[in-house]
Amino acid sequence: MTMSSEIEFSQKFEIKGRDFSNAGRISTIIKEILKEIGIDPLIIIRASIASYEAEMNVVMYAQRGVITLIITPEKLHLKLEDEGAGIENIEMAMKEGFSTATDEMREMGFGAGMGLPNIKKNADKFEISSIPNKGTTLDITFCLNKKEKR
Amino acid sequence: MTLKEIKELLEAEVISGEESLDDEIAFAGGSDLMSDVLAFGKPGILLLTGLSNAQSVRTANIIDAKAIVYVRGKKPDKMGIQIAKENGIPLLSTKFMMYTACGLLFSHGLPGVSGYVYKK
Repeated sequence: MTMSSEIEFSQKFEIKGRDFSNAGRISTIIKEILKEIGIDPLIIIRASIASYEAEMNVVMYAQRGVITLIITPEKLHLKLEDEGAGIENIEMAMKEGFSTATDEMREMGFGAGMGLPNIKKNADKFEISSIPNKGTTLDITFCLNKKEKR
Repeated sequence: MTLKEIKELLEAEVISGEESLDDEIAFAGGSDLMSDVLAFGKPGILLLTGLSNAQSVRTANIIDAKAIVYVRGKKPDKMGIQIAKENGIPLLSTKFMMYTACGLLFSHGLPGVSGYVYKK
């Protein structure tokens, strides 16, 4: 990740795969941090939704993952790295409705094939790379100085 | 429509957030699918859902939902109630099923996310 300006805030959060009862906890904490920092409420919601969907993906499909929240004067970055199943076909995974979720995941109210498309929809910039059976990396960026998106 | 009116219309039980019953609700949406709630929900929404695990409350909190009504007599688990209390999200539970609960609110003038209002 390239940083155009100096980092004002940075924090790493660990996510445990398959830990369904805590799924979403990290994103709730991230939302609190963004509120405390005083980020624009509309950006907070978009970033929280993206973070939550990404966190659920780690819980559902990976053994473990790390979310790094980085805030610069211009941008908010969510960087996700997980170790797990990875994604065989990213193009398919980005399609709304495509899912490889199990019944257990669907019982949680997730696994409808909306996660990655929803992350992309909320982000100003979204990058994804994955190696099957190794893991997935997401780079989600929000511009703090423009509000017209969404 | 206030939460209190919603409670009465749905003959609902208040699980937590009794102090917020005077809060105004402007619109509502119903789904068991949290991905859909994240995709289509808007801040201030009253969420009707049959999903009673902690994810329902976390999802509501992420999108700044105003309150949750659990349908089919469902009730959230302990963790869900705790998260709701921490974040000031009132929780109600109605015996009505999703269709009836949504229909009751809609026909009494509470619009959906799109703003479409029921006309008699």
